[in-house]
Amino acid sequence: MKTLKPYLSALLGKQMREDNRGVYDYRDIQVEVNPVARANGSARVRIGATEVLVGVKMNVDKPFPDTPDEGVLIVNAELSPLANAEYEPGPPGPAAIELARVVDRGIRESHAIDFEKLCIRPKEKVWVVFLDIYPINDDGNLFDAASLAAMIALKHAVLPKYDEKADQVLYKELTKEKLPMRVQPLLTTFAKINGSTFIDPTKREEKAMDARLSVATLEDGQISAMQKGGTGTFTQKEILDLIELAIEKGKELRKLLK
Amino acid sequence: MSKVGAPDKLIVNGKRLDGRKFDEMRELTIKAGIIPNADGSAQVDLGGTRAIAAVYGPREVFPRHLSDPDKAYLNCIYTMVSFSTPDRARPGPSRRSVEISKVVKDALAPAIFLEKYPKTAIDVYIEIINANAGTRTAAIIAAAVALADAGIEMRDLVSSIAAGKVDGELLLDLFEPEDNFGDADMPFAMMPRTKEITLLQMDGELTKDEIAELLKMNMKACEKIYEAQKVALKEKFATEKDLAQEEGESQ
Repeated sequence: MKTLKPYLSALLGKQMREDNRGVYDYRDIQVEVNPVARANGSARVRIGATEVLVGVKMNVDKPFPDTPDEGVLIVNAELSPLANAEYEPGPPGPAAIELARVVDRGIRESHAIDFEKLCIRPKEKVWVVFLDIYPINDDGNLFDAASLAAMIALKHAVLPKYDEKADQVLYKELTKEKLPMRVQPLLTTFAKINGSTFIDPTKREEKAMDARLSVATLEDGQISAMQKGGTGTFTQKEILDLIELAIEKGKELRKLLK
Repeated sequence: MSKVGAPDKLIVNGKRLDGRKFDEMRELTIKAGIIPNADGSAQVDLGGTRAIAAVYGPREVFPRHLSDPDKAYLNCIYTMVSFSTPDRARPGPSRRSVEISKVVKDALAPAIFLEKYPKTAIDVYIEIINANAGTRTAAIIAAAVALADAGIEMRDLVSSIAAGKVDGELLLDLFEPEDNFGDADMPFAMMPRTKEITLLQMDGELTKDEIAELLKMNMKACEKIYEAQKVALKEKFATEKDLAQEEGESQ
């Protein structure tokens, strides 16, 4: 590990990466829509060797008291030991919680889902959207893979049938009604090693990185969430430059939403 | 939006509901050394938000496998007391507090010479006693002062504040109704000496230009907070002789 950072840093100094990418190039991205038949909507996204599975399940429950006529979104991430030798079994740790909450904020704060359309009866019954994130192979940049998979899964999710009289969700009977979506926030993540910034870090780059910045962009160029991570720092100029790049890269990623 | 309890307007006649100007911070009070048992401690009042921080260490690492032969293990725990919020908060860690603990740690770590304390732990415990928005920024202000109070070698203090967008206006240091019903919020921290940014989060909807403006507001406010942090530390460590001397100088 002590040789990794100087090595990557020297490469970045020459605008190079270990895998021959440009500093602001994503790895190859592949998308699979609705791979899980039982889910209301699902997506499997590969960014290089990183692979993330996201599924949507819906349920009917009470709304939160402060938003009585809006549906509810609950995002969870499980870093299962299946995806990386360093993960341990057990309840979600800080990394899993941060991943889920950053993906959640991008969606929630931009009102990507039209939550008011998920109200069945104000104060009593609303749709609850559970969005669960499962990394299958973590080779870095789970944030962008999870956010892209989340948007695809939501976009292709359909509501299950709800029998209002019996107050029962008929989970096995899927309707053709799509989740009401408004906008499409997508995360773009940058990392920094010894003063060099670059996009879409691999696991090895994440291990050596000083800091990370994730920016959620919308199709109109607005920003809907940001999160800095890691124990290093960014300058004001770096942040503004990376936001500019994120808007540009977001356009590329958005093509994958189809 | 259809949030319950939202006031009609958050800005009336060009003023905020608490009478502040757009770029005006709430009153900030910092006291260093408030917990005798701790190696360093501080209390911060930022408007109605009160955070207390205690630092223990450098000390033995527990559990031992977290010990790092190259540097200190920095452990940060942010929690809210159960009666600090309008509804009773369930005691103990929540998903929110686990994430905030992580970003607070990432905000403080760049300022500490962790490499000077190998094989030790530096534990930073932060309790929010009363919450009225801006709890993570109050937590960082308090923790930075507590770390310095503990005599831990640092590159700089860390100063922190949030700015956001409410009713279309860019405002510094949101308080509760603005935080709850505003359009965007951007918590921020930096090391004022070098202006390196150590915490940045944002949720809401903003353009790039608005973010640039909010960064400026935050940086300007952090300069002021920095001075208040230094004054708090001086007050704790000044001897009677120092104080007498200062008085002499000011006359």
